[in-house]
Amino acid sequence: MDFSGAYSADHLIYLGKGFIVTLEVAFISIIFSFIIGSLVGTLRYADIPVLSKIMAVGVETIRNLPLLLIIFFTYFALPEVGIQLSISLATIAALTVFESAMISEIVRSGLSSIPKGQIEAARASGLTYIQTLWHIILPQGLKRMIPPLVSQFISLLKDTSLAIVISLPELLHNAKVIYNGNVNYVTPILLLTALMYFVVNYMLSLLSLALERRLDRDGKIKIAS
Amino acid sequence: MLDFSILTDYFDLYLQGLLNTIKISLIGLGGSFVLGTIIAVMRIAPVRIVNWIGACYVEFIRNIPLILIAFFFYNGLSAFHINLSGFTAGTIGLSIYTAAFIAEAIRAGIQSVDRGQMEAARSSGLTYIQAMKYVILPQAIKIVIPPIGNQFLNLVKNSSILGVFAGFDLMYFGDMIHEKTYVTFDTYIFVGAFYLLLTIPLSSFVRYLERRLARGY
Repeated sequence: MDFSGAYSADHLIYLGKGFIVTLEVAFISIIFSFIIGSLVGTLRYADIPVLSKIMAVGVETIRNLPLLLIIFFTYFALPEVGIQLSISLATIAALTVFESAMISEIVRSGLSSIPKGQIEAARASGLTYIQTLWHIILPQGLKRMIPPLVSQFISLLKDTSLAIVISLPELLHNAKVIYNGNVNYVTPILLLTALMYFVVNYMLSLLSLALERRLDRDGKIKIAS
Repeated sequence: MLDFSILTDYFDLYLQGLLNTIKISLIGLGGSFVLGTIIAVMRIAPVRIVNWIGACYVEFIRNIPLILIAFFFYNGLSAFHINLSGFTAGTIGLSIYTAAFIAEAIRAGIQSVDRGQMEAARSSGLTYIQAMKYVILPQAIKIVIPPIGNQFLNLVKNSSILGVFAGFDLMYFGDMIHEKTYVTFDTYIFVGAFYLLLTIPLSSFVRYLERRLARGY
């Protein structure tokens, strides 16, 4: 068995390029899905008669489908109805649709976990519904949402690897291109690739822990539970 | 409008894919439950080095993509002259990946049982293993079931990665039907519908369990 040459400079640079694509796609998708997911989650929490019901059906459908299918569908099936997206746009669109649905559920259940008495007290003190949501419910809910949100972002970062099915030049795709040339490279290259994913994701989870502790200490956002 | 003749003409292929996806998910659930329980017990065992190994497994596996693990079993073992089929490699990958999440769910469940229970059991003369088996685990199960249900739901959805390795799951058969019909949109809409047929009842059931068990007995 000959592992030497697996970590040559060319290979490392190529993996690095893939890593940058992974991070870019994940970052853009996190931003989009956070915005859309928060919006949908808040609207569902607000329980607007018809709109919330329609959103519930949409969210449940998307959440219960495999992301791989959504990515595949976005890139290969949408052109049949006249929507042609580039590989990276298709990945971002598919990730955003799927993760927004997941995040909207996190936001909705985070908001729902705030006791109803808080709303009543705020409304009784003369705040409008929007003011109550913005100043009372959101700040408290946000704290409870941080751990599940961060683990969802970690999922998203890992899920970018599914775009290998549409040949997005991300980290895993590039790793596969390298090791396809030599069967002895598979293990060392996959190990290095796994470490790269691990480092970013582990740092994210540490960040989440630090953030939680910080908010726990802050008197400003303290929950009586 | 959707072309339902695809659904009727290739119904047996869709059905075969659906049944295989169920099979893969059940094998994966069994494998990851056994492995996850072992890892969870390692994480709370009163031996530091064993704890550490358990923690490393969970942290490493949880933070890397499932498809990478599956690629390792599909491509990586051939350097050691072991060639696994897509079905086997994918199912092993799924079990190893899901086990990390199940281990965390079980550990959280066990640790949520009051410490006094373990102390009382031990001081009544039960061994550590007996105390776990007769006192701690029966109480932890109730807390652990909903998150494991959620992991099973994820497992069913994640089994779609077997399609990438020619693993004979629903995604793979979707691909096969697509090659016959050359219609992408409708073919995969039906694939999605078959997944929903599995996941929607499952997620409603998990939600029911969450509510039911939260209420207590």
